[in-house]
Amino acid sequence: MAKVTIDGIEVEVPNGASVLQACEAAGKEIPRFCYHERLSVAGNCRMCLVEVEKAPKPIASCAYPVADGMKVFTDTPVVRNARRGVMEFLLINHPLDCPICDQGGECDLQDQAVSYGKDGSRYREEKRSVKDKYVGPLIKTIMNRCIHCTRCIRFSAEVAGTPEMGATNRGESMEVGTYIEKALTSELSGNLIDLCPVGALTSRPYAFVSRPWELRKTDSVDVLDATGAAIRVDVRGGEVLRILPRNNDDVNEEWLGDRSRFAFDGLKRKRLDRPWVRRDGKLAPASWAEAFGAIVQGVRGKTIGAIAGDTVEVESLFALKAMLAAMGSTNLDCRQDGAKIDTSRPDYYLFNSGIAGIDKADAIVVIGSNPRVEAPVINARIRKRWALGGLRVGMIGPEVDLTYPTTRLGAGPGEIARAAEFLSGAKNPMILLGRGALARVDGAAVLAAAWDLAKASGALREDWHGFNVLHQFGGQVGALDLGFVPGQGGLDMAAMLAGGVEALWLLGADGFDAARIPADTFVVYQGHHGEAAAARADVILPGAAYTEKDGTWVNTEGRVQRGRMAVTPPGEAREDWRVIRAASQFLGVTLPFDTLDALRAEMTAAHPVFGRIDQGPLPGCTDDASPAGGVLGGASFELPIQNYWQVDPITRASATMAECASVYLNPQPLLAAE
Amino acid sequence: MSAPHDHHEHVEPASFAFDADSEAQIAKIVARYPEGRQASAVIPALYIAQKQMGRLTGSAWVPRIAMDAVAARLGMAPIRVYEVATFYFMFNTKPIGKFHLQVCGTTPCWLRGSDDVLRACKDAGHLKGYGDTSPDGLFTMTEVECLGGCVNAPILQVDDDYYEDMDYESTVKLLEALKRGERPKPGSVIGRQTSAPEGGPMVLTGSEE
Repeated sequence: MAKVTIDGIEVEVPNGASVLQACEAAGKEIPRFCYHERLSVAGNCRMCLVEVEKAPKPIASCAYPVADGMKVFTDTPVVRNARRGVMEFLLINHPLDCPICDQGGECDLQDQAVSYGKDGSRYREEKRSVKDKYVGPLIKTIMNRCIHCTRCIRFSAEVAGTPEMGATNRGESMEVGTYIEKALTSELSGNLIDLCPVGALTSRPYAFVSRPWELRKTDSVDVLDATGAAIRVDVRGGEVLRILPRNNDDVNEEWLGDRSRFAFDGLKRKRLDRPWVRRDGKLAPASWAEAFGAIVQGVRGKTIGAIAGDTVEVESLFALKAMLAAMGSTNLDCRQDGAKIDTSRPDYYLFNSGIAGIDKADAIVVIGSNPRVEAPVINARIRKRWALGGLRVGMIGPEVDLTYPTTRLGAGPGEIARAAEFLSGAKNPMILLGRGALARVDGAAVLAAAWDLAKASGALREDWHGFNVLHQFGGQVGALDLGFVPGQGGLDMAAMLAGGVEALWLLGADGFDAARIPADTFVVYQGHHGEAAAARADVILPGAAYTEKDGTWVNTEGRVQRGRMAVTPPGEAREDWRVIRAASQFLGVTLPFDTLDALRAEMTAAHPVFGRIDQGPLPGCTDDASPAGGVLGGASFELPIQNYWQVDPITRASATMAECASVYLNPQPLLAAE
Repeated sequence: MSAPHDHHEHVEPASFAFDADSEAQIAKIVARYPEGRQASAVIPALYIAQKQMGRLTGSAWVPRIAMDAVAARLGMAPIRVYEVATFYFMFNTKPIGKFHLQVCGTTPCWLRGSDDVLRACKDAGHLKGYGDTSPDGLFTMTEVECLGGCVNAPILQVDDDYYEDMDYESTVKLLEALKRGERPKPGSVIGRQTSAPEGGPMVLTGSEE
């Protein structure tokens, strides 16, 4: 530790810390453009200049290591003049287009120009102009505004692992871009918008939409992948205008996948905004009372089952489960993909190491998964661990580029046991089992084989749980925690679709082929988007999407998180638990809760796991008994998600995601070099 | 100021592969760096690619696909090679003429008459100015900063060769010779020995008394 005095305040910081970090520890704000705590230090903007005792000139605090006994001054005439000088240089070529710039109001340069800018310019020459670049459908570039901080270049190379941004030419002609016109191939590209301290890289879908001070901000949680990233939903006039990541060091740090960030326009299209009832073979608009009446008629005296979707919050699942139980049915399933998940113990289906636990791993075997598209933020975490050195990653399954080097250990489940050799000698070995690897005939055997691999390689210890299942959506783990699976004597999804039930309640279940539903089954579809399942339904109950309700979701590591209502559901649509509560009354099995709090109290009493809000997985493994296995098949693993951008009703309704899919899934001809 | 690389008119070749000559040179250069540090060879590798283009097509430039080949050969991200290739003006990122006339216009050469050299290049080479390629495709002229040959200023660099002590007439003569396919001997065109004084040795001649 080093003792440093900042403006008379003494702080202790670790050796090797930078002066800037020491200043922050002392509560002094240092202006900066190029420095970012999650990126390497570039030291090229010179805005963070401070004075150090006995140093002949101001030093760039971000790149200067502390020394014991150092005296730093952050607010002297020399420092202020130096920063003013830097600011004047930065503004020489920066256009004065703040009134039409989308960064206006949340721009580092604008903010710092208030503190260090002059009231006029001494520059009489022509400003340089830089051609705007095309970098894909998500990011709009106005390169005149670029101040060459190189954050985007460092993020692409270091965090995203897709080194495509660079600075070409030099001096006056230096330009930041990709050189070859191409769409950035990262699933994390939206983070460049957050990182850019000026308006050079802005959100293309958000262009000219709103100003930050007009937005109502709601902290919530993302459900479009199983990471459970912390998000902020920005709303104006009942419309979601953008979604930004929030910092959560244990989950997403401060990153967010492009799907989670940009798919929200799908919340406004193809919505179910009123109840519908099938009359004479055709769906017709109806009132809520008519819809419930039709349900009573269609369901009465019939065996009923329910299938849950992948992004449904646990409250409505709990209500639906309770309603079916009251009707004497345990025909429940939440595994639309048919994954053979063993719910007898939570650690058979959780990401037990925790996302933050990746930082401790030193060998990983990925089985039947492409974490880069299934959970890009988690993949970036693995990459971050790899970049520190001393991590080896093996893969069993299709060959994919994870943005870091991997050793291919095989293609099918037959190779799982042999991967123990690859993990041998590792202190904290990790098995990363994709949910897709369980969604096959021999899924149960794959699960057992992966567990046994973890056992054989010493990954199941009291101080380390290295068995991890990577799910695909934010609602999947919550449903499993809730036990939304066939109960005693209950039918699973395959049996229900094979004619095992006469009535079927689909709660946001769009992840399977609706044509599999037998023609004589009475179908209630409750959800927010009208897709094939809704088209097949006899009664449609309009529900709320994840931004439109207070709900609890559980991420792949079993972290219980609360999402909050940012906007009200459209039209006559209502929060799903309320709809189920109302239906239960019509069906004569009135559920015993009228408020969300009452529902939650009952739910937490029945499932104490939902009381552990915002807590990571339980550490370690005390019982390494294997799940029930089976006979491994010979088929190679296939990846469940081929199209990162369109995976669920919201993303399929999104125009932005459709554009991404068309740009990225069709091979693009490379345009000539600039 | 507009960027020098925003021209789209030239045609990029469809393929590029190092030939045996180049491969041999690259292998030698790469071997100089420790394992895992092959990227250090990016500048010589680009130079080899540019030389190969000159050898095979008569125009010594580095097409984008050649930068990609360098990136693949050295295990680098292509953008890192683009950055280097566009940073140094010695790498031509668009096609040039058969002879690359590099006129030094820095102070010592300018004082010693580089304007005449420039005028001679324009006249004899049929060039409009810096950056231009002659209609016959023989010459491309660029302005360069100090070539470090100030003692024998002004300098005209043709490809890799320095021609020194140039004036209008000698420049025209040189360009005419190049047009005929000759390659006059590089160095001082007034017979100066290396950078010794004009007219031969002035001291240590044995005549000092």
